[in-house]
Amino acid sequence: MGSVSVAPVEIERPETGESPFAVAEPDVPWVTLVHNDPVNLMSYVTYVFQAYFGYPKDKAHRLMLDVHHKGRATVSSGSREEMERDVQAMHGYGLWATLSQDR
Amino acid sequence: MAGHFEPLPGGGAAVALDEVEISILRSLAVQLLELIGPGEAQGADAADPLARLFAEGPSEPPADPALARLFPDAYGTPGAEQDRQERAHAAEFRRYTENDLRERKREDALGMVRSLDALSAGDSGAAGGDAVLRLAPDGCRQWLGALNDLRLTIGARLEITDEDDGETLFRLPDEDPRKPMVMAYLWLGGLQETLVEALMA
Repeated sequence: MGSVSVAPVEIERPETGESPFAVAEPDVPWVTLVHNDPVNLMSYVTYVFQAYFGYPKDKAHRLMLDVHHKGRATVSSGSREEMERDVQAMHGYGLWATLSQDR
Repeated sequence: MAGHFEPLPGGGAAVALDEVEISILRSLAVQLLELIGPGEAQGADAADPLARLFAEGPSEPPADPALARLFPDAYGTPGAEQDRQERAHAAEFRRYTENDLRERKREDALGMVRSLDALSAGDSGAAGGDAVLRLAPDGCRQWLGALNDLRLTIGARLEITDEDDGETLFRLPDEDPRKPMVMAYLWLGGLQETLVEALMA
């Protein structure tokens, strides 16, 4: 065994040629939309809005009625990442949800 | 309380089920498991949890209408053609989320099968009578998910696309081949409705 060096090993750092930041998106909030479908029970949709978003019963009920009568309702808004999380959760519950930029 | 859930003191819910109902529910849950399948992530790397963790899901929506309803696109307006950016975003979202979503839906359906099996095993003494299924709050959530997925799947198979379709289907003559599926759909709806009520009580 040769001499043991205590000198720090030179670590090669990868060149970061590209900008670490993706193209900046305009500062417009995103929204989660829940769409009407003929299968989901109205009571279940209300339950999901209460259980997941923590909305009080009357707000959850009003949103459910919007979904039912207007075809869709905006159920939350925020950053794109937050809305993707909400949409994923809605899909988990079996609700038909999409996100889009609130233009 | 046959055919509907009732709240249990201290949380959870209970329903009385006879042998036939247990076997129908179990069979439907198993069919749902088969439909959802193991997912893309559990192919060759199924034994390697790390590979499974980083495995990407599919980027295209499922071709089967029932699966497409269970795993819908996250970007785009329903009924309208997606633009290129929406398609790209939906594909990316799907790659990173669909495996987890399949896993959740599998767990819900498996939870239903397990609780039904525990019920049949524990209740073999009461011949002919109803067995009472008691669910803790976590079990209730799994059952709600599985009942909903089952109804979405059957709804897709029956091609229920608006409220009027439902009305027509509910008045089918007895000899219509879709009748048994419609009966199951309505029965599952009653179970789900009363389970929601029990949880909100």
